[in-house]
Amino acid sequence: MSTILVVLESQGSNLRRASLEAITAAKSVSSSVIGVAFNLSEQTLSVAGEYGLAKVSNVTNAEVSSYSTVAYAKAITEVANSSNASTIIFSATAHGKELAPYVAVLFNAGYASDCIALDNASGQITAKRPIYAGKAVETITISTEKKVFSLRPNIFTATKAPTSLTVESKNVSISVGTTSTVKNTIRNEGKLDVLEADIIVSGGRGLKAPEHFHLVEELASAFGGAVGASRAVVDAGWRPHGEQVGQTGKTVSPNLYVACGISGAVQHLAGMSSSKVIVAINKDKDAPIFKVADYGLVGDVFDILPKLTAKLQSIK
Amino acid sequence: MNILVCISQVPDTTTKITVADNGNSINPQGVKFILNPYDEYTIEEGLQLREKLGGTVTAITVGNVSSQEILRTALAMGVDEAVHVLSDSKDAFSVANDIVDAAKALSIDLILFGRQSIDFDSFQMASTVAGLLEQPIVTMVSSLTISGTSVSTERDVEGGKEVVETSLPCVISVQKGINSPRYPKLPDIMKAKKRTIIERSSVNVASRVSTVSIELPSSKRAGIILGDSDADISELVRLLHEESKVI
Ligand SMILES: Cc1cc2nc3c(=O)[nH]c(=O)nc-3n(C[C@H](O)[C@H](O)[C@H](O)COP(=O)(O)OP(=O)(O)OC[C@H]3O[C@@H](n4cnc5c(N)ncnc54)[C@H](O)[C@@H]3O)c2cc1C
Ligand SMILES: Nc1ncnc2c1ncn2[C@@H]1O[C@H](COP(=O)(O)O)[C@@H](O)[C@H]1O
Repeated sequence: MSTILVVLESQGSNLRRASLEAITAAKSVSSSVIGVAFNLSEQTLSVAGEYGLAKVSNVTNAEVSSYSTVAYAKAITEVANSSNASTIIFSATAHGKELAPYVAVLFNAGYASDCIALDNASGQITAKRPIYAGKAVETITISTEKKVFSLRPNIFTATKAPTSLTVESKNVSISVGTTSTVKNTIRNEGKLDVLEADIIVSGGRGLKAPEHFHLVEELASAFGGAVGASRAVVDAGWRPHGEQVGQTGKTVSPNLYVACGISGAVQHLAGMSSSKVIVAINKDKDAPIFKVADYGLVGDVFDILPKLTAKLQSIK
Repeated sequence: MNILVCISQVPDTTTKITVADNGNSINPQGVKFILNPYDEYTIEEGLQLREKLGGTVTAITVGNVSSQEILRTALAMGVDEAVHVLSDSKDAFSVANDIVDAAKALSIDLILFGRQSIDFDSFQMASTVAGLLEQPIVTMVSSLTISGTSVSTERDVEGGKEVVETSLPCVISVQKGINSPRYPKLPDIMKAKKRTIIERSSVNVASRVSTVSIELPSSKRAGIILGDSDADISELVRLLHEESKVI
């Protein structure tokens, strides 16, 4: 079985959950899976062993002391080549989506992005990915011998499979010409980002005015989730762009997505229809959002949201 | 500075999608094709940089004959030249090779892309082109400043933004929020119709991925729709807790 290299990313001092999902997904199509990481501690990497990774190359070159696409891409390709991997798997995170196509070029591989399923039944890995704003799903194959995939976060389930992990500290020889450097990272202070949340409560034009969004914020905090928004309310300046969910905003797949006063236009659905559970709250029983909902409440957000918030608080 | 803006033609998102008899493409009948909405920002950013820094802006698309229409839109908005590479390939790798071939021929300093095409949402063209040219790349850029050869950007990442610096020549993909695209004026639209579009032939590299099949997604949603009474709200909380186990 050909070896798969999984690119591991951290979030603070933990491995990203999406990286653990990628390990499980890789193990479902190959028995030989290894990892590559940049400057992570043994402590951070130990979790990869719990999810079944036996070996990780931890690259510690000066060139990769902070994120730089060109340097990272070259280092990942170098590790893949020196370990005879034939396939590289990324998570479709902001960095993953930027790196994966670059690596595919250097690695002479075909690339399938933002996949939601991998299958190896025919001996040839096929992948499924949503297209046309999620109105269709394509199954694709990569014809080159070497292959690169990125996986949509929170679609694959990370499964524990403890094994003993060897972390190999690695200096790879790469020559990096002009590159890019991250000067600064501006965190959205005190606010959970929709891309990092297990639960998202989004508000749309049904909230009528920006000053009513406290109803959405309160419900989100009762759920322990993040606030999202439709484009209509972002364009109107009611909510910041970073909260927009949808085709021109962020693609999310939380465990629970609650859409409040959102009609469910196809461009909104494109960003959230792969959520595990969808709840719609809308006064129009014919609103398209109900077609993708697991559970719906037909009614007025001004009436329902405070009651739902109170109910959740009462059971805490 | 010579800027290349890459633009693509896509089906309007509101179009109803039906799968063709061959099972691996969509029926083109009745589909309205438009300029990829992200590429309005791509063109606008090219024009604004030219206004500030001088130089030229060339728009390019790789596609069939009908895709020339979006080049007319780019000309009407104000790009200097428009290049059409005739190709039926949907493979991103082969399209990227055509863009690289043109960029080299035109001595381009900066290549601009949209964040993604709204048909395949594949989010790979910009990085593929950068990889082929071994140039730096920054994607999802919502703020771009260039002075001399220094390039300073802000891009969205999980939980915030990153400030990323690099230098020309480089590749950038832009996203909503970076600018407000202009609407072409009627006289400019008329003038653009008469302009000559530069034709380049495809370098025809072998494609690397292929679509085996396309299916319409099957909904496996429970679809339990309740009202707004207190009992309904309690039932929703019970369902989330006991059935879906998400809270
Ligand atoms: C190229 C393109 C890209 C786009 N990208 C995105 C995107 O990324 N994200 C996105 O969201 N949209 C996007 N859109 C816009 C999209 O088409 C819709 O216009 C938008 O999603 C509508 O937002 P909305 O649901 O908040 O508003 P509306 O469509 O106006 O819906 C409001 C809903 O609230 C309900 N309502 C009203 N009052 C109440 C009440 N008191 N209680 C309960 N319900 C109530 C109404 O029944 C209605 O269903 C895009 C459009 C285009 C053309
Ligand atoms: N056929 C094409 N011709 C020119 N540019 C393209 C083409 N397809 C995609 N692009 C560019 O690549 C960006 C990202 O598209 P994609 O990687 O396909 O999601 C688009 O916004 C365009 O700028």
